[in-house]
Amino acid sequence: MLSLFYITAAIATVSALMVVSNRNAVHALLYLVVTMLALAVLFYLLGAPFAAALEVIVYAGAIMVLMVFVIMMLNQGDSALVQERQWFSAKNWWGPALLAALLLVEVVLVIAAKSGELYPVGNSHKPIVVSAKQVGIDLFGPYLLAVELSSFLLLAGLVGAFHLARNLKQKKHEGG
Amino acid sequence: MQAAAVSVPIEHSLLLASLLFAIGLFGVMARRNTVFILMSLELMLNAVALAFIAAGAHWQQTDGQIMFLLILTLAGAEVAVALALVLHSYRQHHSVDIDHLSDMRG
Repeated sequence: MLSLFYITAAIATVSALMVVSNRNAVHALLYLVVTMLALAVLFYLLGAPFAAALEVIVYAGAIMVLMVFVIMMLNQGDSALVQERQWFSAKNWWGPALLAALLLVEVVLVIAAKSGELYPVGNSHKPIVVSAKQVGIDLFGPYLLAVELSSFLLLAGLVGAFHLARNLKQKKHEGG
Repeated sequence: MQAAAVSVPIEHSLLLASLLFAIGLFGVMARRNTVFILMSLELMLNAVALAFIAAGAHWQQTDGQIMFLLILTLAGAEVAVALALVLHSYRQHHSVDIDHLSDMRG
């Protein structure tokens, strides 16, 4: 069962690399969906079936469909591919690649150094599934304020997106 | 419901999460196409979610999954606003270059 985790982790990493290095937006989006699905499998393996289901439904479903729609509206053809080849050249990407790699090395070193301290003494590492019921009880108990705040966030996102995506020509007609 | 949970060492989950986060960070910094930057941003948010879930599974607390739900909400709001910005920028400049976003007013 543990090998499942590593295979899925490899899939997630490879598809994530394809997302950031791909020049075709639709191909990158499909790789991103693969990454989300791999992460959903990882969540399931880690004992969070509720989070895994939400990852598939909300992330791989709703959010990705939104991005597909926008990419379709932008209507990027072969000319955009040529442009992207210009923008994303080796001269431009080696710097960020080096920085990201350094950051990764740092985090790896930190995790490697502290690995002995992360385990509480006497933990038998027995995996227990954290069920959706427990999550719901805690969500509407001690975390009720966070739920209210996220509803504020969603409302602000809705109003902001509506305001930004308005048709500008229509606005001129109304004299605004 | 009995799910097939395995006991993964938390270092390995955190290593994977940091790897995905670094890949996403590279994407955000290296790309100029706004759509790709958004995708890399989603990647970074997912890496953080994985770290939360792994920690929640390790200490067998619900807090990890609750944080995941909040990240999900944040990602939804962020994608809606950001894609509206992309559409706006494309209408004005017929380009999805992130540099054009600094020309926006109002």
